[in-house]
Amino acid sequence: MQRVGVFVCWCGSNIAATVDVKAVAEALKAEPGVVFSTDYQYMCSQAGQDMIKEAIREHQLTGVVICSCSPRMHEATFRKTAESAGINPYMVEIANIREQCSWVHKDIPTGTEKAIILGRAAIAKVSLNAPLTPGESPVTKRALVIGGGIAGIQTALDIADAGFPVDIVEKKPTIGGKMAQIDKTFPTLDCAACILTPKMVDVAQNDKIRIFSYSEVEAVSGFVGNFDVKIKKKARFVDETKCTGCGLCTEKCPQKKVPNDFNLGMDMKRAIYIPFAQAVPKVATIEADYCNMLKNGKCGVCAKVCTAGAIDYKQQDEIIEEKYGAIVVATGFNPISMEKFDEFAYNQSKDVITSLEFERLTNAAGPTAGKLLRPSDGKHPETIVFVQCVGSRCDACNEKGKEYCSKICCMYTAKHAMLTRDKYPDTDVYVFYIDVRTPGKNFDEFYRRAVEEYGVHYIKGMVGKILPEGDKLKVRASDLIENKQINIDADLVVLAAAIEPDKSARPLATMLTASMDTNDFFTEAHPKLRPVESPTAGVFLSGACQGPKDIPETVSQAGAAASKVIGLLAKDKLLGNPCVAGSDEMMCNGCSSCERVCPYGAISYLDKEFRMPDRTTKVRRVAQVNEAVCQGCGACTVACPSGAMDLKGFKNNQILAEVDAICR
Amino acid sequence: MSMNEFKPKIVAFCCNWCSYAGADLAGNNRLSYPADVKIIRVPCSCRVNPMFILRAFQKGADGVIICGCHPGDCHYTSGNYYTRRRMALLFSMLDYLGIERERTRLEWVSAAEGAKFSQTMNEFVEAVTALGENKRLEDLRCKE
Repeated sequence: MQRVGVFVCWCGSNIAATVDVKAVAEALKAEPGVVFSTDYQYMCSQAGQDMIKEAIREHQLTGVVICSCSPRMHEATFRKTAESAGINPYMVEIANIREQCSWVHKDIPTGTEKAIILGRAAIAKVSLNAPLTPGESPVTKRALVIGGGIAGIQTALDIADAGFPVDIVEKKPTIGGKMAQIDKTFPTLDCAACILTPKMVDVAQNDKIRIFSYSEVEAVSGFVGNFDVKIKKKARFVDETKCTGCGLCTEKCPQKKVPNDFNLGMDMKRAIYIPFAQAVPKVATIEADYCNMLKNGKCGVCAKVCTAGAIDYKQQDEIIEEKYGAIVVATGFNPISMEKFDEFAYNQSKDVITSLEFERLTNAAGPTAGKLLRPSDGKHPETIVFVQCVGSRCDACNEKGKEYCSKICCMYTAKHAMLTRDKYPDTDVYVFYIDVRTPGKNFDEFYRRAVEEYGVHYIKGMVGKILPEGDKLKVRASDLIENKQINIDADLVVLAAAIEPDKSARPLATMLTASMDTNDFFTEAHPKLRPVESPTAGVFLSGACQGPKDIPETVSQAGAAASKVIGLLAKDKLLGNPCVAGSDEMMCNGCSSCERVCPYGAISYLDKEFRMPDRTTKVRRVAQVNEAVCQGCGACTVACPSGAMDLKGFKNNQILAEVDAICR
Repeated sequence: MSMNEFKPKIVAFCCNWCSYAGADLAGNNRLSYPADVKIIRVPCSCRVNPMFILRAFQKGADGVIICGCHPGDCHYTSGNYYTRRRMALLFSMLDYLGIERERTRLEWVSAAEGAKFSQTMNEFVEAVTALGENKRLEDLRCKE
């Protein structure tokens, strides 16, 4: 019989306000096996933990039940407490009487009654607990960063700086991401390329970092410390090791009508191209869908002009298999499609553009060489209207947009407006907004400068409709402060499109078994205390894949993710999860049912000699669980027809005891 | 006993990675649901042996709900698919035994869906309450 101690936490008033904690502690004293029961304001505090340790020693407790917050919060804390008092850490069970009781039930009799039942179930379970010892597994001292934008770059640099090798997988031909497309950055107005490209060069020159550009993650298996990843290196038809990036091929290629995705399709590139001058790796790539040679075998100009002999029309996709100890997701964001926003006439007029397109228009390396010209006729726009929150902060029922605030639009719109007025003081600039949100260092000062020094017209209200008429865009909007309708004849309209996670994030989350929220942003392990870790051990989050972020926030999160990775890779061994499956050899009939359902291939079979009652020996086939591979899902326990397979920590009799205690 | 006073006994098996965290989120956001729901934490919905559900009914539970990760999102890649098949079979057997179909439910609730968790539990408790006490499988020998 277990000697169980029960500790009921008040959690200040979080539990005590709706649960009579003293009554719970008193009621649980009567449960079988309970030799000690008490309550305390804060069990997780040092004093609370000392009290638990003291009680373990004084009453020779063998099992501990803590009635407190969710085990997802403090299970680890109390396991350590128990361990330091000399009992096995897995002899602790938590009854979740905060998140699943006091916070969701409003009156004391109801809350108290439920808390007693939850405590009873935990006592019933702990009475059947057995000491468990986690196995050890080695750590592969190499990290994988998925995504080569500023988030991925910073994470990789920081990990490499600590001396660990890092691989970056980037689906585009170059790293750099969205930041490479941006012209200037708020609130300092320094040029994005000037601060990003040195980092890109650092990545290229760092001998700890390998870049797999034009590549995608194909499959992930394994677990923390030991991930096996398949990376597909897409055929770029250029030998990366030979190409010098001279760019001659990109000048001679006769196929000039390929939409340039780096400039968001606002100009054309050749079928063989280098995305931009500072690309890393600076290697040409052939757009297979447009290349005459690849399509019908007629051309071959690039191969003829290439002095390095780097062109390889027969190149195939290549699969690279590598082991990693940690994976960082840095898949970033994209502006949402404007297809559904008919009212803003994005599909009807070339002069209605998104903010990212505006960045390219004002960028010296962009399609207009930095001159602000209308995409339709190349004329200088005299009146520009910026529309904020296009698709952001939409109602839940509004299928077109997103419920959340995209966070960066207020600031970059202020930047666009300011830069426009700075370069072209004769231009009238209007900004329509719902609210202007500037909660960052020097952000509000920046926005006020746009209004006060640069004379940008900020109008609180939304644009209802944009009608292209002649070479003008008739903007119909409301001014909520003056309470009147406004009509503006604009030459250019810029839509601050909401941002959403990259489309590659969803399939990646499935591969990593990392969870996502309803908007496809990756979920963090804890919104406040573990913001850069995914709930899946060994998977970390960096940048806008976790939620909308500006560059400084992304860089700081990237550094935080890197430090978590370094902390993991610095360990030589990881303690595994001891809650793994185990088979009772006497009951196992070797039927293979468990092996067939195991997602990890952790079960194998062994022919084993058994002594029979008549002193003969008999060889039987029995299941063996590889504890280092088993992840403890329990699928096999249900598949087993003879009941031989059980899961440590969640044994059949433990769960049945909980069921019994709840239904009593 | 009038229907108003009837308080059903509900056992909820929740996957540690999704719906258990979803229930925690419901708590964080103070999204209430009836206290009749008592949660048992399991590592994966596929750990739920049909035997556990039968035992619950035998011991007088009025409803049993199993919550797992959305299809495709299982922490263990495929556990919830096993659950889906096993429960389809079990629920049809329970139906055959005369346990009303509304007394059992399988739901996908992610760690981010606190509101869905609360809403699901409210709906489920309401449905079970409407059915009244479950006596079909209750083993009188289990009564103290």
